[in-house]
Amino acid sequence: MTVQQILFLLVAAGTLGSAFMVVSVRNLVHAALWLIAALGGIAILFVFLSAGFLAVAQVVIYIGAISILIIFTIMLTRNVAIDPGKQMNSSWVGALIIAVALFVLNVLILSQWSEINKTAPVLPAQYDALRLLGLALVNPNGYVLPFELASVLLLAALIGAILIAWGRR
Amino acid sequence: MVPLSWYMIFAAALFSTGLFGVLARKNAVAILMGVELMLNAVNINLVALWRYRTPEGIAGQVWAVIVIAVAAAEVAVGLALFISVYRRRKTVVADEIDLMKW
Amino acid sequence: MVDPINFIAQWLRNLMAGWRLSAGLITVILDVIGVLVLSVFVLLVAIFLVWVERKVVARFQDRLGPNRVGPYGLIQPFADILKLLIKEDLTPKGADRLVYNLAPIIALATVLLLWAVIPLSPYVVGSSINVAVLYIVAIGSISTLGIIMAGWASNNKYALLGAFRTVAQMVSYEVPMVIVLLIPVLLSRSMGIQDIAKAQTPFWNWYIFLAPVAAAIFLITSIAEIGRAPFDLTEAESEIVAGFHIEYSGMKFGMFYAGELLHALTIGALFSTLFLGGWRGPFVDQVPFLGIFYLFIKSFLIYYVIMWIKYSVPRIRIDHMLNFNWKFLTPISIALLIVTAVLDKVLQTSPHWVYWLGMLMANIFIALVSLSLVRRYGQSKRIAVGSPRPVARPENIYPQNSTSGD
Repeated sequence: MTVQQILFLLVAAGTLGSAFMVVSVRNLVHAALWLIAALGGIAILFVFLSAGFLAVAQVVIYIGAISILIIFTIMLTRNVAIDPGKQMNSSWVGALIIAVALFVLNVLILSQWSEINKTAPVLPAQYDALRLLGLALVNPNGYVLPFELASVLLLAALIGAILIAWGRR
Repeated sequence: MVPLSWYMIFAAALFSTGLFGVLARKNAVAILMGVELMLNAVNINLVALWRYRTPEGIAGQVWAVIVIAVAAAEVAVGLALFISVYRRRKTVVADEIDLMKW
Repeated sequence: MVDPINFIAQWLRNLMAGWRLSAGLITVILDVIGVLVLSVFVLLVAIFLVWVERKVVARFQDRLGPNRVGPYGLIQPFADILKLLIKEDLTPKGADRLVYNLAPIIALATVLLLWAVIPLSPYVVGSSINVAVLYIVAIGSISTLGIIMAGWASNNKYALLGAFRTVAQMVSYEVPMVIVLLIPVLLSRSMGIQDIAKAQTPFWNWYIFLAPVAAAIFLITSIAEIGRAPFDLTEAESEIVAGFHIEYSGMKFGMFYAGELLHALTIGALFSTLFLGGWRGPFVDQVPFLGIFYLFIKSFLIYYVIMWIKYSVPRIRIDHMLNFNWKFLTPISIALLIVTAVLDKVLQTSPHWVYWLGMLMANIFIALVSLSLVRRYGQSKRIAVGSPRPVARPENIYPQNSTSGD
């Protein structure tokens, strides 16, 4: 077991543990904090996968903005008079069966793929993923169209969210 | 030294956990947190496959960036809807928002 | 000439290789030692900052400051720390214990995390990643999380209110900060902070001359990010009774306080690296170790400017603060980014002094235009002293003539 494998196992176990706590904790603010831990673990995994820009973008967007939005919404929509009783649906057993079945199915299908156990190819010496990503996002033969569409989508979401949450005047 | 299978099994487990959260929780914000877990599992899959299969191209990372952007937009609109629903119905429990059920 | 820090690191590496440890393990151990040394050094500087703060505020307010406890009051911070350590450590009833204890740790840890990417000298940098500027933004956004946790876990509605306002302010001021941080990235063609420090080669190439408006906006938004005056509405003692850290006593409050001072020094270090050339100074090429001294001199200079602003300007109201951000800083920063990008492309092949002068003139032009627009807007909103004002008379309230509807 190399150091990399040990580190990956630790981070993956932590992330999966946090994800499990997200879906099972009674107190919603605690669930949001476990979500932040899970998202941080995913950012660390992005660093292991040599995607540094994605790791930092994940921290900025998910932990720095989306998690704060979720925490705000939890605090603004709390019904403090009512004791937070059971937090699971009446059909949580069925949900558990479906989730486990999906996971087992996934693993079975993946094990049929012959190249599943390959290790990572070595990156070339002067590899700069950041520069490639930046060039690809503005290249007309590259991905400029999804990039511009994503910005229009974000603008529409921004305007829509403000209008929806504006409240009655 | 870490084989690709570890990453993909991890992503499958995370996706299943998120799916359980979506199907089994009552509070709408908790359902949204499950959706976020699923989107992150997909991102891990994309980036792992990019790194292990086509590291000289950049399509995997571009796709992951677009997924993050779309997830951010979806969370913003979703939470605005939850706040709006809370103002009318004083609850965000998914079972109690049933005005449009038959 | 190898500087002392790399020399010691190399000696330790050879020592551990002599003990026949694997290469990966040696790297991990050396990294951990480096993290410990840097954290301890930065925290010791934080202790010194307490003394600096109290002496400088005293001089601004025309008094002497602490001068009893040791020569020139230098032992005063240790007395402060001792007092904080032996204070009673309260936990409010009904507070969420884990989150309550975690919040000051996160508040201090995010400041220490920033020191990982600041280049101390040409060869000494904690972690030379090529997305360092975005890493700085990321750590700034994690610090807002610590504040929400503090405000919510205190089980106190004033703390929660203060936390909401703080987070609204911090998240709003991140937007112009990110846009303005793109300008040194643009000018040095790289997001890595060591590259930005290396690109400011002769003295006149410092980015504060090439983009002064960007430097000013970065300073203002950073002061708002760390929640320091004049943006300290969130912890104003006279208004909201210390805001989000109202329920913290003893060393936990000490961590918030030291974290705030240290964050101000870290902003000074970042500003010096991004706009003032960082470790650049005379004779740095021959003796790289001098870079640390130059960096700290510049950081303390900016820290002095931050303190100067704090003790001279009154507090800004929350709606003024948000208006200032969204209606003034964000449009200016976007305009500045567009103008800088266009000029950079157009003047790329001209001689260097044309480039330098063009950038400086464009910045001054944008500053003058925006300030004149603001002045005109302010004048139109201000009512002159002698102008007739609406007075409540019966004929204004109950209209007599029948042509006025209703």
